[in-house]
Parts: sequence; structure tokens; C-alpha cells
Amino acid sequence: MTTTTAPEEKAVAPSAGLNQQVRDYVERVRGGELGALPAVIGLIVLCTVFAILSPVFLSPVNFANLFTQGAGVTVIAMGLVFVLLLGEIDLSAGFASGVCAAFLGVLLTNEGWPWYASVLAAMVVGVVIGLIIGWLVAKLGIPSFVVTLAAFLAFQGVVLILLDEGTNISIRDSVILAIANENMYPWLGWALVVVGVLAYAGLQLLNNRRRAGRGLVTDPLSLIAVRVGALAVASGFAVYVLNLERSRNPGVISLTGVPVVVPIILVLLLVWTFVLRRTRFGRHIYAVGGNAEAARRAGINVDRIKISAFVICSFMASVGGIIAASRANSVDPNTGGSNVLLFAVGAAVIGGTSLFGGKGRALDAILGGAVVAVVINGMGLMGYSSSVKYVVTGAVLLLAAGVDALSRKRASASGRR
Amino acid sequence: MSTAPVLELRGIDKSFGPVQVLHDVAFSVYPGEVTALVGDNGAGKSTLVKCIGGIHPFDSGEYYFEGKQVHVSGPRDAASMGVEIVYQDLALCDNLDIVQNMFLGRERKRGLVLDEDTMEEMAAKTLLGLSVRTVKSLRQHVSSLSGGQRQTVAIAKAVLWNSKVVILDEPTAALGVAQTAQVLELVRRLADKGLAVVLISHNMNDVFAVSDRIAALYLGRMAAQVKTSDVTHSQIVELITAGRSGELGLQNGKEATA
Ligand SMILES: Nc1ncnc2c1ncn2[C@@H]1O[C@H](COP(=O)(O)OP(=O)(O)O)[C@@H](O)[C@H]1O
Ligand SMILES: [Mg+2]
Repeated sequence: MTTTTAPEEKAVAPSAGLNQQVRDYVERVRGGELGALPAVIGLIVLCTVFAILSPVFLSPVNFANLFTQGAGVTVIAMGLVFVLLLGEIDLSAGFASGVCAAFLGVLLTNEGWPWYASVLAAMVVGVVIGLIIGWLVAKLGIPSFVVTLAAFLAFQGVVLILLDEGTNISIRDSVILAIANENMYPWLGWALVVVGVLAYAGLQLLNNRRRAGRGLVTDPLSLIAVRVGALAVASGFAVYVLNLERSRNPGVISLTGVPVVVPIILVLLLVWTFVLRRTRFGRHIYAVGGNAEAARRAGINVDRIKISAFVICSFMASVGGIIAASRANSVDPNTGGSNVLLFAVGAAVIGGTSLFGGKGRALDAILGGAVVAVVINGMGLMGYSSSVKYVVTGAVLLLAAGVDALSRKRASASGRR
Repeated sequence: MSTAPVLELRGIDKSFGPVQVLHDVAFSVYPGEVTALVGDNGAGKSTLVKCIGGIHPFDSGEYYFEGKQVHVSGPRDAASMGVEIVYQDLALCDNLDIVQNMFLGRERKRGLVLDEDTMEEMAAKTLLGLSVRTVKSLRQHVSSLSGGQRQTVAIAKAVLWNSKVVILDEPTAALGVAQTAQVLELVRRLADKGLAVVLISHNMNDVFAVSDRIAALYLGRMAAQVKTSDVTHSQIVELITAGRSGELGLQNGKEATA
């Protein structure tokens, strides 16, 4: 007699509000999924310490320096994320950037090529390097550690050859120099903030509405508000400070605006985040890094994914090399050398990319790159010698790798693996 | 025989280097039935399954699907025919969520972009169709699931694709009593829906509880393929351990009964 209509069955419960999301987040962190937490906390602690110890640290001019100093390493780190995602390593990324920068210098200055042709050539060199390394790793099965260690040595030699056994090539092209030395109009910085925040909010709301329309779990509006608010405050603050006058002598020359290299890095961040999170290729990168055999059985061409990751890494190294050449106004045998590679690996790992593969984001390179830039910059301001800087940077890298290993252990203990 | 086999192998030989693992193996799988594949450790069950799934190429032999001879040279070939395998070592990616795992290698796209919504919808529908209601969120990483839940995801992944043949390699080996019962129930449901199911198991109770047919491998040879109702526990145990049981099984290294 009585007909009761059962509520429509769902395999999963529809999602809860902000409180539940926060609880889930805390649970994930406890379970060893630290994400961006160590980098963000580290950044806050470091900035506080340096701000107290050195008054110059918080000055607008130093703030701008942080961006141009960290840019090259951050870009190389962003490429390394792809290789690390597969559980591989590229020790040659630093000197690969040096080789590409040397090509740029030779073509631009010695051969008189236009800047765009030289840049393109440098990038092609990066891609070719990645193809060779990736092929050796994927097809011949030589461990990436060994292949890239060999390349690390060989590329130092290649740079010397390109630079005629060590002469310094100066960069005079105004476009290339602008990358790391010029700033955007202040209004353009603000326009970027407004467009960026609005686009971010719009995408999130659109996504939510589409999912709600299909009866899928959606993020609570409060969470979206928090995210958008955080982006608005952080980017607004950065642009505000960068738009302050930082010339010592404003009457003679004015120095304001967001460094040109910042939007370049943001575009790279957007592109690679899109690739990793929204495309099939990105999904397959994670799959190969998480369980290569499972990926193979799912019909994924594991070798192709591996080669692509090395190509992306070396390509990003070439971009890093171009930025480094611009910042130094020259290319020398040490471009991309000394500790560039260690800083880049450190940046990726500090940002939350795992050395064990399967976990990492393009954003990690920026978070970790910021930490590395702050450490180097702050210690420089306090007048420490390179010896101390080396020791401290090594310690920070070890600390990040330790956090990575421990969180992995913790995750396997709590059944998350 | 009332129905024709949907998948049939004849005379399969397979060696790893100098070691021949499969000898002249014949194997048939019927729609709407659970075929149990039994055999001692190392008998070659997993290897046979991997040959069916296109993971290992076999050295010689014939592979028929729906009556036609086919050449399966990779996992994609098997999948495109509707043959899905749940491997013993689960073949899930711990760092991906349930939906991502279920669609791995066959992601839905809208233009250039992954169509997450459709994939999530289809995954939810499939799990619901299998009467699975135990997972908290479809977007949780597989690493946070229990053994039974992981097995369920692996099975759901296999049936998502309107598959015709689903092969499960020791799906209950690592599970507790209640979870095993759940998985066996799921296996039976799949067959009742008309799929051909192959179940590899060491547990005779499980085998007799759900299977319609039993195939016994002995040292890489197919000792016998029989109807479950025609044999007893002890006959199957003899086939597994000695390759023969009275009239049944290998006689002088050759299969006597078909
Ligand atoms: N990839 C491989 N390479 C070499 N030998 C293998 C490989 N896979 C399985 N074998 C061998 O094949 C035999 C059968 O193994 P398997 O098919 O896993 O048996 P089962 O699943 O019945 O326990 C074993 O002796 C095993 O050592
Ligand atoms: Mg096995």
C-alpha cells in the first residue's frame, strides 16, 4: 500500500562544508601528505628571522632582488619536477642550462643572430639534450643517475669548447637583457593581479556550477572564498611592494614595477600545471611515477612518457639558462655550474616534490625556489662567506629530503603509502 | 555444449629464456559462467593470464575470441576486445585516486582536457551497479583504501568497459573472511550478468562455492577442464598435486579428457 521512494542512491556521500574540508586536510597532513606545508612554514620562519637580523632584507629593492635571483633556479626546478615525478633524476640540468646559455651567447653576440632566433636555437638545444638523455634512460635502460652524471661532466666540457676554453661572452641584446633586468609598468602589475584573481575565482565557480549541475561533489563556497582571498592578498601585497620606488636616487632614475621575469615564470607555471593536472599526458606522468608496471598494463607507453619528461626538463633548463645569461649580462664557463643544480633539486624537494616519484606539482618549484632564494639572499645580506652558505644550503636540502622520506614512511604506516 | 566459448586458447607454449612455463595449454571460457583456474604455486596460472591479457607474447598457439582467431600483441588489444584482467599484484597506482585508477590509460577527454566529471559519474555508476557502498570519496587516493576496497576498485575498473571476459588472479588471497565473501559475491554477480569470469584461487571452498567449471594446471600443462558439478574436492586436489585423478587428468604427459 505505502510506496516509499528511496532517496536516490549514491556510491559516495555528497561533500560537507568547510569544517569537514579542514578536518580532512589535518588528517591528510597527519597521515604524511604534507603538501606545501613545510615550504610555506619554512618561508615564514626564514623571512621573520632575516627581517629581524637584517633590516635591509625587507626593503623593496631586496624584495625585487629575490625574484630575479631565484628565477633561473626556479625555472630549472620546474623542469626537474617532471623527472622527479617519475622517480628519476637529472643531475645534468644545471650544466644543460649552461650549454644552452652558451649557444645563446655565441649566436647572439658572436654570430649576430637576432634574439628570437638565438632563443629558439637555445631551446632546441635543450630539447635535443633531453631527447638524448631520455632515450638512453628509457630505451637502453641506463640508470638516469649515471646517464646524467656523465652528461654533467661532458656538458662542462661542451661549455668550455663553446666559449673558446673559457672566455666570457657578454650579452648586449636589449630584449634578452630585459628579461632579468627590466620591470613592468606599475599599472600592468595591478592589471595582472586583477585579471589573475578574477580568472581564478571565475574558473573555480564555473567548475563548481558544472559539477553541481551533474550532481557531483562540489567544494564549499567558503573554501573557494578562502583560496581566492589568499591569492588576492599574496599577489596584491607582492605587486604593491614591487611597485614602490626602489631607486636610491629617484630624481635621476626611477626603479619601480614587477620584474619582467615574474610573468614569464607565471606563464610557465600555468602551462605546466595545466599539462600535469588537466591532460592525459600529465595523468600518465603521475601513473608512471606511481607504478610503472601498472601504467604499462594500462597500455601507457612508459618509454615515451620517460623521454618526454627528460625533454621537458632539459627544455626548462634552457629557459633557465637564458634567464641566467640575462641576469649576468654574460655567459661564462660557470653559467649553470657550481650549485645551480643542487639549488634546483633542493627547490623542487623543499616545495614538496618527492624524490621517490609520483608526487609533485609545478607550483612546488616556485615555493621551494622562494625558500632557496630567501636562504641565499638572507645569508648574503648578513655577510656570511660562501663556505657557510654551502654548508647551510646542503643542510636545507638534506632537511627537505628527510622530511620527504619521513612523510613517506608515515604515510605507509598510516596505510596511505 | 550449450554455448560456445567466448575465449579459447589452443596449444599455447610459453618459455622464459630456457624455462618452458606453459606446455601445449588449451583453455576455454564461457559467457555467464565462472571458470575456476586452479594449480599449485608456479604451475603457470599467472603466466597464462598474462598471455591472455597481452602482457606476455606466447611462443606458439592459437587465440580465439568469439570464434575468430585473433592476435593480441599488447594490453590495449585485449582491452579493445573486452578482455579485462585483475592482476594478482594489483596494478593500481597508489598516488592516483579511485576515478583516475579506474580510467587509467583510457581517460575520457573533452577536447584537449580530461573530462573529470564524466569519468567520476561513470565510476560512481559502476560502483553502484556492483553494490559497492564502502568508499568515502571517489577522489581519495587508492593508497588510503583497505585491501578489500582496493580489490573492489580493481574489479570495478575491469567491468567499467562493458567487458565480456573478466579474469581475476587470486583476488581473495590477501583478504579477510568478510571481504572474501564480498568479493566472491561480486564474482558471482558478474557471471550472472552474462560475463565470462575466470577466477584463480587456491581455496577449494571458494572454488566450489562460485564456479561452474574448473580448469586445473599442473606444471604448465592443462590437466583437465571439467564441470564443477561433475567432480569432488578431493579429485581437484589430486589434479592439482599430481596432475591426474583416476580417469581424469594427464596420462603419460598428455591430456586424456577434454
Ligand atoms: N617474468 C618471468 N620471467 C621468468 N620466469 C617467470 C616469469 N614469470 C613467471 N615465471 C616462472 O614461471 C613459472 C610459473 O609462474 P606463475 O605463472 O606465476 O605461476 P602461478 O601463478 O601458477 O603461481 C614459475 O616457475 C615462475 O618462476
Ligand atoms: Mg600467480
